[in-house]
Amino acid sequence: MKELVWLVPVLPLIGFLIISLGKNYFSKSFAGILASVAVFAAFVISLGIFFEMNGSHGKAFTLVLFDWISTGDFKVNIAFLVDPLSSIMLLIITGIGFLIHLYSMGYMHDDEGYAKFFSYLNLFVFFMLLLVLGDNYLLMFAGWEGVGLASYLLIGFWFKNQSYNDAAKKAFIVNRIGDLGFVLGIILIYITFGSINYATVFGEAVNLTSNMPVITAITLLLFVGAMGKSAQIPLYTWLPDAMAGPTPVSALIHAATMVTAGVYMIARSNILYTLAPETLGVVAIVGAATAVFAATIGIFQNDIKKVLAYSTVSQLGYMFLALGVGAFTGGVFHLMTHAFFKALLFLGAGSVIHAMGGEQDIRKMGGLKKYIPVTYMTFLIGTIAISGIPPFSGFFSKDEILAHAFQVSPLLWGLGVLGSLMTTFYMFRLFFLTFFGAFRGTEDQKHHLHESPKTMTIPLIVLAVLAALGGFIGVPHVLGGNHWLEHFLAPVFKASEVFAHGHKLSHATEYILMAVTVILTIVFILFARNKFVSKSYVPSLDDSKLTFIPRLLTNKYYVDEFYNTIIVKPLNGLAGFTYKILELKVINLLVDSIGKLVVYISSVVRKVQSGNTGFYILAMVVSIVVILLINLFNK
Amino acid sequence: MEVIKAIPLNHYILLSAILFAIGVMGVLVRRNAIIIFMCIELMLNAVNLLMVAFSAHHGDGKGQVFVFFIMAVAAAEVAVGLSILIMIHRNTETTDVGFLNKLKF
Repeated sequence: MKELVWLVPVLPLIGFLIISLGKNYFSKSFAGILASVAVFAAFVISLGIFFEMNGSHGKAFTLVLFDWISTGDFKVNIAFLVDPLSSIMLLIITGIGFLIHLYSMGYMHDDEGYAKFFSYLNLFVFFMLLLVLGDNYLLMFAGWEGVGLASYLLIGFWFKNQSYNDAAKKAFIVNRIGDLGFVLGIILIYITFGSINYATVFGEAVNLTSNMPVITAITLLLFVGAMGKSAQIPLYTWLPDAMAGPTPVSALIHAATMVTAGVYMIARSNILYTLAPETLGVVAIVGAATAVFAATIGIFQNDIKKVLAYSTVSQLGYMFLALGVGAFTGGVFHLMTHAFFKALLFLGAGSVIHAMGGEQDIRKMGGLKKYIPVTYMTFLIGTIAISGIPPFSGFFSKDEILAHAFQVSPLLWGLGVLGSLMTTFYMFRLFFLTFFGAFRGTEDQKHHLHESPKTMTIPLIVLAVLAALGGFIGVPHVLGGNHWLEHFLAPVFKASEVFAHGHKLSHATEYILMAVTVILTIVFILFARNKFVSKSYVPSLDDSKLTFIPRLLTNKYYVDEFYNTIIVKPLNGLAGFTYKILELKVINLLVDSIGKLVVYISSVVRKVQSGNTGFYILAMVVSIVVILLINLFNK
Repeated sequence: MEVIKAIPLNHYILLSAILFAIGVMGVLVRRNAIIIFMCIELMLNAVNLLMVAFSAHHGDGKGQVFVFFIMAVAAAEVAVGLSILIMIHRNTETTDVGFLNKLKF
């Protein structure tokens, strides 16, 4: 099965090619089925690879397909690395990818760009698989850029709306900043290790001492790349705007897979990060800050997708917090459970939007519980999972992160808990405002309310099961489990283990931490219930009466405005200056003068060409004689 | 071979230089296309003479082989050149190169 790994990315690529080239020649439902079948087949192969990997105790396997670049000492292969980490990622990408393809068949049913949508989705899956399968940094970067492209295409999918186009461009440009850091990091890796192959780089890194400045520089640069792709402070602003894309895209790209690429990259390079404790500190602080910062914004957002977007930013912050405190398994574990429950929540939100005929403002919803029961139940499971109530999946992964954070610093733990409580609050606020109380939409919308078709509810149910039970693959020892995921991933993180902090928390401390978080979470749920159900509080549609702090949070701390003022406007000014002065005055003048000069000189010189043969011959003879004389005297 | 060697090399060089100079002057001064043509032949043959002389003095046959090549090419060239001349004469009723001055800026 391992030898078939090349088929996993190639199948979606074939799907993309067939659909994009032939979409005018077959019916649109065929496009959806073809795209889904391609991803499903990739999922089946991934499943086979996964079980084989599990059976062989995580023995890594590299499949070299062919030479890609080979110049001098610089050699890069198109080669796929199959190890526990990539096999888990394969399952997440193809599994959730397939469910979302299925869901899109229902959600996008009436869209004129139906076939185009599926070709883009397949293209995305191809690049994402390339990203996680590559056995070197350059191939990862190729996938990294590819998913950025697919994300751009899908955010701006409804390109007739200018603000959606702007959102797409914003995502692309903000990601460029991060990508620059990533590229510089790769170059520095090549300079330092003479190779960009994981095996070579990590193999040599093990022998290095901790705290080398060059390793710190490499890891910081790579982290800048991760900040862009995984929407961390200060480069997170593109992700909430990316909600302009169709909802399945938000679920697949901007929640479950692409935005976790940064987490994957750091987990993959774990040994480099372990050797650079300063960088790990930066990662942990940025992660914790993002987790709290984004959560505070989430509390006051009224667009159902915006709330989920800020929640995604916040949860990504948790993953980076996990990586930063050295809990690489915890980061990957949370990546996985988050993929389950966030994809579920986004798809649920899509189902709500579908039922509401395109309405996204939760202030105009309410009471949807009895109209769309399947969505209601699955959304409830997703909300509980993200809040971290045992035994739902979010509890185990979040608990593991918080426990490790406490080990490193109680302050990080405190920030983590604070973010987690705010997450609970805004998620239940969203949940209660959407599904409870009286319906606040128009009569037309009320008439139109209906449960989504089977193709949409089945993925919801499957994801709900995963979100509910997915945590059991990582039950910690303290709760009597044996943490299967940790054992499975151990070969990948083995090298970093040596540097890990020795002391473990006592069981008593862990129980107390768990109890504190769970009790506080339940208190916050009750608080939200009291406010939004018992007192039926609904945020006012009129934003102008807000007091200072809610106003600040509704406007997302004015970060976009701040960036506009200090970066976008000066850049626009500079561009205007270079256009008006450099382009028009200097460059144009230079080019025009050269042209005029040539015209003038030729008008003089062409008089020599008189048509008189005798003169030509004389000129020739004189020239030959002159050349001969010059040669004679030069000897 | 011995006959050629009997005369000193300098004489050959001088003679061919004079012949070549006459050719060049003819090309420069005369306006009749046929005469110019003959002057070109004169230059070619001045070179041929020089080559044969050197070839004999060095005892190396390669120079003479080249002379045959030049003669063959010259014959071909004359055939083409004269036919062009005939066409010029038919069109302009003259062989004066001064009349062929249409090709200019």
